[in-house]
Amino acid sequence: MHKLLLTLLVATLVGCIDSKEEVVEEKNQGLVYCAEANPMSFNPQVTTTGSTIDIIANQLYDRLISIDPVTAEFQSELATDWKISKDGKSITFTLRKNVKFHTTSYFTPTRDFNADDVIFTFSRLFDVYNPYHFVGDGNYPYFQSVGIDQLIRKIVRVSDYQVRFELFNPESSFLANMATDFAVVLSQEYAMKLKEAGQQNLFDQYPIGTGPYSYKEYRRDNLVRFYRNPLYWKHDVALEQLVYDITPNGTARIAKLLTKECDLTAHPSSAQLSILAERDDINIEKETNLNVGYWAFNTQRPPFDDLRVRQALAHAIDIDKIMQAVYYGNGTRAESILPPTSWAFEPQQNMPNFDPELARTLLAEAGFPNGFDMDIWAMPVSRIYNPNARKMAELMQSDLRKVGVNVHVIEYEWNTFIQRIGEHRHDSVLLGWAADTPDPDNFFSPLLSCSATFNGKNPANWCNPKFDLLLTQALDTTDLAMRKKYYDDAQELIINQLPLLPIAHGLRFQASSADVEGVTLGPFGAISLANARKK
Amino acid sequence: MIFDYILRRIGLLIFMTLVLSIFTFSLAYMFPGEPLSNLSGIPSSNFTQQNVLEERYLYNSNYFIQYLAFLGRIIQGDWGVSFASGDSVFTHIMTLLPATLELCLYALIVSIFVGVPAGIIGSAYYKRWPDKLINSTTIVGYSMPVFWLALLLIMTFSLKLGWFPMSGRMGLLYEIPSSTGFILIDIALAGFPYKGMAFLDALHHLTLPTIVLAMYPTTVLVRFTRESMLRIMDQSFIKTARAKGLNRYQLIKRHALRNALLPVIKQIGLQFSTLITLAMITEVIFSWPGIGRWLIDSIYQRDFPAIQGGLMAVSLFVILATIIAELTYTLFDPLSRNQAHGKV
Repeated sequence: MHKLLLTLLVATLVGCIDSKEEVVEEKNQGLVYCAEANPMSFNPQVTTTGSTIDIIANQLYDRLISIDPVTAEFQSELATDWKISKDGKSITFTLRKNVKFHTTSYFTPTRDFNADDVIFTFSRLFDVYNPYHFVGDGNYPYFQSVGIDQLIRKIVRVSDYQVRFELFNPESSFLANMATDFAVVLSQEYAMKLKEAGQQNLFDQYPIGTGPYSYKEYRRDNLVRFYRNPLYWKHDVALEQLVYDITPNGTARIAKLLTKECDLTAHPSSAQLSILAERDDINIEKETNLNVGYWAFNTQRPPFDDLRVRQALAHAIDIDKIMQAVYYGNGTRAESILPPTSWAFEPQQNMPNFDPELARTLLAEAGFPNGFDMDIWAMPVSRIYNPNARKMAELMQSDLRKVGVNVHVIEYEWNTFIQRIGEHRHDSVLLGWAADTPDPDNFFSPLLSCSATFNGKNPANWCNPKFDLLLTQALDTTDLAMRKKYYDDAQELIINQLPLLPIAHGLRFQASSADVEGVTLGPFGAISLANARKK
Repeated sequence: MIFDYILRRIGLLIFMTLVLSIFTFSLAYMFPGEPLSNLSGIPSSNFTQQNVLEERYLYNSNYFIQYLAFLGRIIQGDWGVSFASGDSVFTHIMTLLPATLELCLYALIVSIFVGVPAGIIGSAYYKRWPDKLINSTTIVGYSMPVFWLALLLIMTFSLKLGWFPMSGRMGLLYEIPSSTGFILIDIALAGFPYKGMAFLDALHHLTLPTIVLAMYPTTVLVRFTRESMLRIMDQSFIKTARAKGLNRYQLIKRHALRNALLPVIKQIGLQFSTLITLAMITEVIFSWPGIGRWLIDSIYQRDFPAIQGGLMAVSLFVILATIIAELTYTLFDPLSRNQAHGKV
């Protein structure tokens, strides 16, 4: 009897151990990514926030075309081929066949991806008759700031698998903009289904795309869960699940990586890189990246409307100290708004140097011999272009105190922060921009153009017609030498007018468990986890 | 008699709730910004919207009428929307409160099962080595700030040894539908998926936060039980019993415990309010998705509707817990029912 019991017990135990291994394997098919903020939306058309785009763009969606990070040439994605007419005003895309949209708990597609989806997606940006144009206040920050909504005359359906974009005028950056992370293709069938149900507001919250993963759930401040898309057209996806663990605190992200609660994290703090580098079970990747961290002044708000005040503040800052204390040598000091790796880069002679005496003189000239009080808004999250805005703000605070300017450092939760900057409620802000395409226009139009001011992208609240003219001229020509000339002038104008002070260009970092592979960093654009897998 | 007593307690509950709601209502006026948007959570954007809001919130009437409208909304569950998320504050609270309660409950259970026996042992071996050991450990636990203890435990058991995870309620790859909000119950309701691994993982995640949160109430209970036991053991009826020849075990079990544990029961209920406060700190450190972390985030984001709602929910809960503890205590101790007035 006892023997029988014992045998049974052993058998059960063995069974347990067996099943345990199986389950562990099951769990291993998922990957946890420690993300730094809640996604603001699940539609890349309506936001430019890098933390959001990193989560959604390349995971849920595909674009018509993309840019090869090495050769900078256009690659086919959902469009297999594209032709530009001689006058440059019409572009015809041939679309890929047999591409399926996601099947989820809230939507089952009945047809493949076709021309209707492309027309729906892009007409939403500019066509007031598109039933979704005004959903979410009709705000498409990236497209409006680069003027795509003013550029497309109409989109013509040539056949089921051919679409023609007709433009008002040829623009050299049109294809580059179509290759950004924001230009994803949405499902027209899903949109119409929601419209019939009168639930248009759900469209940007419950996404349907063609990408490698499909949406499962989102719990604010907690997690975002994606499932594998078994019908992905490009290749097989290895991971069953992709989970974003929302962890705003940078140190907590590192700690979670050490305890294996995360497999991958973006933007590890430079200060902790040396600790991570010592460990065998953690890989650090480093890549140059097209970005710029800057200090923008709200140029519509006194006293920052006075050029002398902006210059004085710029001269009062010791950027070398910032490079050491904030970037830990993992960045390049800015010599223009463009990073040195951009082809249009031109180092500026007039970059303000560290000169507190001059700063004081300029302030006195502007009528502030005793200085004034001001706010610096510091980002609460670390980004490529600025790993620690809080620390930077504090360094600047002590520098500015020496010229009599009393600084208050302001912080908000990241999405609130972005929103309030968009409403121009700040005096000055430490922010930055990471490029979506290698095209230099990507640094100018979305950031400092007049239209960017109106849709809340322009953190300097700066609208200079001369500057806008330069940008338009640069876009109207395809002659590279001429374009470079216009962008040189634009760079010079920025440094002379100082709506913002470029501070540095950061390196992009990523820390991952040693068993994660297939995640590569690019010089621009958002992270893609399509090929991620575990060894 | 007992009915009278319960009525008095309920009267007290209503009164406290009213005071609390007046305070919460006045917060909207004390916070910076528009009182109307502080109450509703909708930043005033355009004229028509503003008018609709004013009408719904009776904003142009006097304060008293506004307050009544506010009470009406609170009862209906319309607590405004959060600035930060744009979702209803009430929904937020309903999804977050179970996580906090769960943590507090387990911590309380741990502290009862550790604290009360330790206190009894301490008193039984009064001034001998077990007592001294328990006493000194208690003093260390009592004086250690909860956040420091939490960080020490994370440093040792999560980062150095890697035994326990340091954040959240369970591994994120386990997918458990949330029905009650209590994670262990939810897993049980889902039928222990992933062959029970999810349940083990949730327990694993619970360990460190529960230890941290249980530390303070445990030390309080140890001290309280010990004092109470010593007081009782000093009384004449115990001496009589001892004189009659009962041994120490019989003495403690039959006579001392019953009398000594009465005040301890009351103390357990009172610990709940301290526990909620400590839970906020614990939640922040262990990224526990409960109401405390949300409330602290809301303060940081100046999310006034969320702060109001959160404060009200937490305080209401503390009042409720205290009164329930009192009632339970009364059931065990008939003497206390003679109090003419309720008290908190």
